[in-house]
Amino acid sequence: MTPILRKLSRDLPAMFGLAIVLIVLLVAILGPLLAPYPGDAAASHLLRRLKPPSEGFPFGTDNLGRDILSRVILGARGALEVPLVVVGIAMTIGVPLGLVAGYRRDWVSESIMRFTDAVLAIPQLVLALALAQLLTPSLQSAMLALSLTYWPFFTRIVYAETRRLTGSVFVDALRGIGAGGTRIVFLHILPNTISPVIVRATIGLGFTILVAAVLGFLGMGATPPAPDWGLAIAESRSYLPTCWWFATFPGLAILLTVMGFNLLGDGLRDLVDPRLRRSR
Amino acid sequence: MLRFVLRRCGLALPSLFGLLVITFLMIRLVPSDPAAAMAGDDATPQQIALLRHQYGFDRPIWEQFGVYLGKIARFDLGESAFSHRPIALDIAQRLPATLELIVVSLLLSVGIGVPLGVFAALRYNQGADYLLRIVSVLGVAVAAFWLAIMLQLLFSMQLGWLPLRGELAEATAPPARVTGSILLDSVIDGRWDALVDALRHLVLPAVTLAFGSLASIVRFTRAGVLETLQNDFVFYERAMGYRRSRLIWLYVLRNSVTATVTQIGLLFGSLIAGGVVVEAIFDWPGIGSYTVQAILTGDRQVMLAVTLLIGAIYAAVNIVTDVVHGLIDPRLLDRP
Repeated sequence: MTPILRKLSRDLPAMFGLAIVLIVLLVAILGPLLAPYPGDAAASHLLRRLKPPSEGFPFGTDNLGRDILSRVILGARGALEVPLVVVGIAMTIGVPLGLVAGYRRDWVSESIMRFTDAVLAIPQLVLALALAQLLTPSLQSAMLALSLTYWPFFTRIVYAETRRLTGSVFVDALRGIGAGGTRIVFLHILPNTISPVIVRATIGLGFTILVAAVLGFLGMGATPPAPDWGLAIAESRSYLPTCWWFATFPGLAILLTVMGFNLLGDGLRDLVDPRLRRSR
Repeated sequence: MLRFVLRRCGLALPSLFGLLVITFLMIRLVPSDPAAAMAGDDATPQQIALLRHQYGFDRPIWEQFGVYLGKIARFDLGESAFSHRPIALDIAQRLPATLELIVVSLLLSVGIGVPLGVFAALRYNQGADYLLRIVSVLGVAVAAFWLAIMLQLLFSMQLGWLPLRGELAEATAPPARVTGSILLDSVIDGRWDALVDALRHLVLPAVTLAFGSLASIVRFTRAGVLETLQNDFVFYERAMGYRRSRLIWLYVLRNSVTATVTQIGLLFGSLIAGGVVVEAIFDWPGIGSYTVQAILTGDRQVMLAVTLLIGAIYAAVNIVTDVVHGLIDPRLLDRP
């Protein structure tokens, strides 16, 4: 493990990404302690509404006089919670399906993969929008919709890996000494598929933050007064062009966080598969 | 070649069938009663029962699926619950505007992205390469709706260079509708003033959409060219005295773009999806703003029709991508 970590530490963009991810994580955990006005998650102060950035309010204030810096900080928790839950659920559904479909060679495998392909045939955002809409819009529906549309990515990867591993000698050897299918799949094949899954999950976290922000922006995710970044950008639109800061800072927060996960994911991918260096 | 195309279309059939099953199940399997949702909050139980019967929700599920397939085959996508117009009609009217926006964005990102990718590969690990890599990382990470608002803020609201929204200024009379794409219609109608106005309106939405795909095209082209440059044939042709520019833009590029072509196919999907919000922000009268309108009004029938439409377009694009692949690299034609 150590040589791998050393290699990762020499990858400057990946380390930059890791630093961003750690900072966002810290901000998410310590949010209420770091925010200058922790009460501004819900409070409103109409006397100081729409103030431009100043010493007291470095990012300015919004339409209800709330400190935007505080809300960006407080929003980090939600911004990370959603993708963690979504990617977690997607992995729980997608990985076992991929294992089963990859190990078996019968109609079960065939139908799992056909279904996976069918879900992948619709762009994720569109499918997630439709599902979230059908499930009566709320943050929970948005998370469920995102999970139900992200699992096929894991199934595809795990399927390909499992197929490759099932043909390898060590699986033959295990069969020879009488190991059962369940044992081979979960104790021997699963650990070997873990690294591509981690890479996919890291990139998926960044991607899900973006899609979740779109849902929030369209009013299908977090509900006011939650300090959601996407929601804040939607609220800011009525106050442009005068209040540029209202839209700018939540967007920069999204940009930075997603960039962190992407850079880290790219670095991890290079480690797992050096052939694909920076190709995506 | 024809056999390859047919086989590829055949492979898409299970996916398309799956798409129909998914869109069908989506409305039937949601916990809430679709008839009650359609009828609204203050509907009487009788009204709901009537609607349920009208839409056939009281029939067995496989029978409902048969009816659904029959309707789709006749391009009957149902009626919008709010405008009470046939959805197929709305879509036919709006699709050209969306396709126009997507094609222009794609042309922008390929036209700029491929040369930039080659350029970055030739300047491997030098300043320009690093700069392009940073830009492409930003391009993938930026939220399109935020970028759209920032561009509006800067170029329309502050500088006043470009129009804020819509596809034509109110003062400009629209050209006679032939294709539905305002650029083509202006040319057909000989309305050069409308063409200029339409192009000005197209800049911001197209640039917003193109930015994300530009980033991945640069990355893929760069990676492809870097890999091809390692090949012996490049070394050989160089030794044979080929002009460098001819070698790179003709031989190296052709061998490098297969991954980029796949990427363009995938990007088409993400452009349609990304277009949903971007169209809504720029009031672009296409499928995207139609979708957002359906979301805001809770129009499920429209949501499902749009999902089905986009899935079908995506499947078609994937077939085209494979065929283009075959044209670039004829070896693929013989593979099973």
